[in-house]
Amino acid sequence: MALALGTAAVVLIVLLWELARPVLKRLLVRQAERSSQRRLRSGSAGYDPGRERRAEQRARALLRSCIEEADWSMYMDLGFLRVWGALGEREGAAGAWALGRERAEEHPYAYLIYPHKPIVAYLPATGELLNEYCVAFPDHTRPYGSARLPDSDDVLAKWMALTADERTLIGEANMHLPGRQVDPDRVRRDLARLAAWERERAVSCDALEPGSVRAA
Amino acid sequence: MKLLRMKPGHGEIILAEGDVAVPEQERALIEAFRRELDAGMWAAVPTHAPGGRREAEMVKSFDDVPRDAERVIFFPRAAGGASRATR
Repeated sequence: MALALGTAAVVLIVLLWELARPVLKRLLVRQAERSSQRRLRSGSAGYDPGRERRAEQRARALLRSCIEEADWSMYMDLGFLRVWGALGEREGAAGAWALGRERAEEHPYAYLIYPHKPIVAYLPATGELLNEYCVAFPDHTRPYGSARLPDSDDVLAKWMALTADERTLIGEANMHLPGRQVDPDRVRRDLARLAAWERERAVSCDALEPGSVRAA
Repeated sequence: MKLLRMKPGHGEIILAEGDVAVPEQERALIEAFRRELDAGMWAAVPTHAPGGRREAEMVKSFDDVPRDAERVIFFPRAAGGASRATR
């Protein structure tokens, strides 16, 4: 009796396997096709260093066309932009800029804009760091699989939003104390580099001015 | 006037280009402008402040765009960034 039942079970299993085999085969083929299509898709939308480099070059050209030549030099030489805080700007700051003599004392505070890092607010007079404003401009359409703008586009977006509507941008940002994401020592070093860079530029500008040539 | 949009992995792309003095071209510019705002983008016009200093002006409708503006730049709206420390 047991032998007969065992034999029947084996025959049943073999029959079921024969019935299911074509269906399983089709499922496996379909699965393989799907995963190869997924691989192809991710390959075309994945990280491409050449494409990213070309995107950054375009972004740099756009940034350069929008900001001051001095600011462009600052970004190229130092890797960040300084933007003066406009809320509570003291009288005469704009006039001083027009005369080319904009000074730290004429602005109560300023920002450093780094690509894809928080905006850092500080006091130009003392170098004291105030806050970090963490803000991003994610493009949720993710045209090449990433929502991240090229570095210089991120800097330009921050620069435009800060110079046009500082209050709104700061309102949208997550505010933290200094040191949350950007190393305060690095910022202090950057402020020292900025001061040295400005001194150097002032000296070379003075040397270029016709009236500044001293008699030998 | 050119309408530009910042794009990840590409840099800026030209969305539309035309002369605002030509009604058909202005209509096309307005349509493209609205499309981008509806998609949640911010729009800014690079300008010169009195004294010549370079600045930008945020615009929320095509009427806000100065008629002599050469470019309007669209970029994704700001969002509070990562709250985790990722130093």
